[in-house]
Amino acid sequence: MSTRVSGRPELYTAYGQDMAFLNTRPKQLGVLAVVVVAALLPLTVSDDLLKLLGTGLVLAIGAIGLNLLTGYAGQVSLGHAFFVGVGAYTASVMAGDPDGRAMGLGITFVPAWILGAGVVAAAAGAIVAPLATRLRGLYLAVVTLGLVIIGGYVFTEWADLSGGAQVGRDAPKPVVLGADLTVDGAYTQEQKLFWLFLVVLVVFAVLARNIGRSKIGRAFAAVRDRDVAAGVMGVELAKYKLIAFVLSSFYAGVCGSLLFVANGHFGPERFSGGYGLLLSVQFIAMVLIGGVATVSGSIMGAFLIALLPRIASELPSFLPFVTTASNEHPNVFEIEVGLYGLLIIAFLLFEPRGLFGIWHRIRTYWKSFPFSY
Amino acid sequence: MNELLTAVFSGLGQGSIYTLLALGFVIIYKSMGVISFAQPAFMMSGAILVSYLSPRLGFWVAVVLGGLVVAAVALVVERLAIRPMVGKAVFVIAIITIGVDIIVRVVAGAFVGADPRLVGDPWGLDTWSLGGVQVQQRHVAAFVAAAVIVALLAAFFRSTPIGLAMRAAALDQEAAMAQGVNVGTVFATSWAMAGFLAAIAGVFAAAGNPLDQNLWIVGLAALPVIILGGLDSLLGAVVGGLVIGVVEALVRNYHSDVFPDLATNTGSLAPYVVMLLVLLVRPYGLFGTKEVERV
Repeated sequence: MSTRVSGRPELYTAYGQDMAFLNTRPKQLGVLAVVVVAALLPLTVSDDLLKLLGTGLVLAIGAIGLNLLTGYAGQVSLGHAFFVGVGAYTASVMAGDPDGRAMGLGITFVPAWILGAGVVAAAAGAIVAPLATRLRGLYLAVVTLGLVIIGGYVFTEWADLSGGAQVGRDAPKPVVLGADLTVDGAYTQEQKLFWLFLVVLVVFAVLARNIGRSKIGRAFAAVRDRDVAAGVMGVELAKYKLIAFVLSSFYAGVCGSLLFVANGHFGPERFSGGYGLLLSVQFIAMVLIGGVATVSGSIMGAFLIALLPRIASELPSFLPFVTTASNEHPNVFEIEVGLYGLLIIAFLLFEPRGLFGIWHRIRTYWKSFPFSY
Repeated sequence: MNELLTAVFSGLGQGSIYTLLALGFVIIYKSMGVISFAQPAFMMSGAILVSYLSPRLGFWVAVVLGGLVVAAVALVVERLAIRPMVGKAVFVIAIITIGVDIIVRVVAGAFVGADPRLVGDPWGLDTWSLGGVQVQQRHVAAFVAAAVIVALLAAFFRSTPIGLAMRAAALDQEAAMAQGVNVGTVFATSWAMAGFLAAIAGVFAAAGNPLDQNLWIVGLAALPVIILGGLDSLLGAVVGGLVIGVVEALVRNYHSDVFPDLATNTGSLAPYVVMLLVLLVRPYGLFGTKEVERV
């Protein structure tokens, strides 16, 4: 391990330095600043916006998971909504009331059901993976799309699990150290949940970043860039595709366990048919809009998607022809859904590296200012 | 026996719709190597467009005109959103088509409205009775239309210059370019054809019932069809479409006998289960070309 040369921040004398978790001082300070700002945010922002931002934090966990699979390992999955659903139901069953209408085990310890949701979703991923690892590219996309359809059917039919169609069941109650976070106290529900989500996101984001720069992450990149070449170099394709699937499903499960906590109630419709596919597409959009194979990009993308409903609902004050009435056109709901599509196309056409790419360009511009490169 | 045959005939009708859709998928796949997820949206917009045109122009004119308009929309989409990405990774183009699908669906869905809309087909839910076997007229119509279109397509690919150019480009794009084939025209033609086929399929899928926002879900069932038949096989699309249609109809018909405990009909699930089973055995479909990778 060689030491850093003082006054030469860009000079790396060892591979370990280059691959360090946060390899430059500005990055370390920047990440610290972002986390501090995020932790203080609930004290200043209004509760309804905070709820959206909290959803953004939860979606970011799922987006990081999909990015491990699609961005790092290059396996396109349209089935992320299925694993999110598995996580949501696992958490609800574990934390649910044993005497309630739907299944429940009464495990109220929060980390237990968060991790339980992740583990069960990961197991579902491991079951699907042997089929999926045989397939490449678009075949995989179609099969995972079929997974959403089949999974949605199971969720809807299994009324003990999901409460049944149109009815749904209660989301798990987050009780930390005896305090129910969904009850307003010294702090409001939104504030407390935001902090819970933030803690979970930071833990899993750091984990993902570390996976990305480990042996597993390098194997993922090799598989993504050219799977045949990776196989020739000794990367076990089936094994690493399996790992990618399991990891991604684990993150999806964790995301699912928290996604409906703020709402308190959800139905199987969220994961089946058109809604389920839209959820999958939203995750794909987060990854592509945020930036492929970047953790920070996934988080940025998740926030953009989470805030889209708010952005769309602000539109009528700028564009008078947009209405808020759902029986007139064009209304804000249509605009919101249309924006997903528009953003996906626009980013892929004009900024394939996503929000992270934009940030990267701004950073490079100021780093070399006033020279152009 | 009569019940079985009734189910088979209704399956063949539904399968014809899948065939039309799957042909569009395969034509695009053969020309660009991409699955276009925008097909369900084109199918839905075709049906909606025809529901507006047919009261004024009559059903048959409306169908042809609606198909041509959707084909034109597909042309524009190809030129604006797909052509700039040629040469990029196929999954990137596929994701773009998902974006196109969402936008087209939102725009088309805005025209569905609260009142029930009909495509104005002459068949409705009328049936013919052939010795106790009930055959729905709209299914017969869909089957005949699919047969005519398949025959036209066969003639098109066999004997028109552009059809030959498309076959050449599907076989080897660079060699075709070297022979003077304009690959851009091939891409555009394939998208226009797929849009036209999807619109026709949409009309038959919507025949007999009022239009609703979920019509595009039917279009998704064409994905199992092309996986079953093979992504690059026109014959596979025809056979796969009919097989999936019949399997779906049989499962739908005998659902209550086989799975009395399941409330929702498993028929809509059948295509996807068949797809998974086929992929376990033949990952490249029944008639598809096995992918050979040379390093």
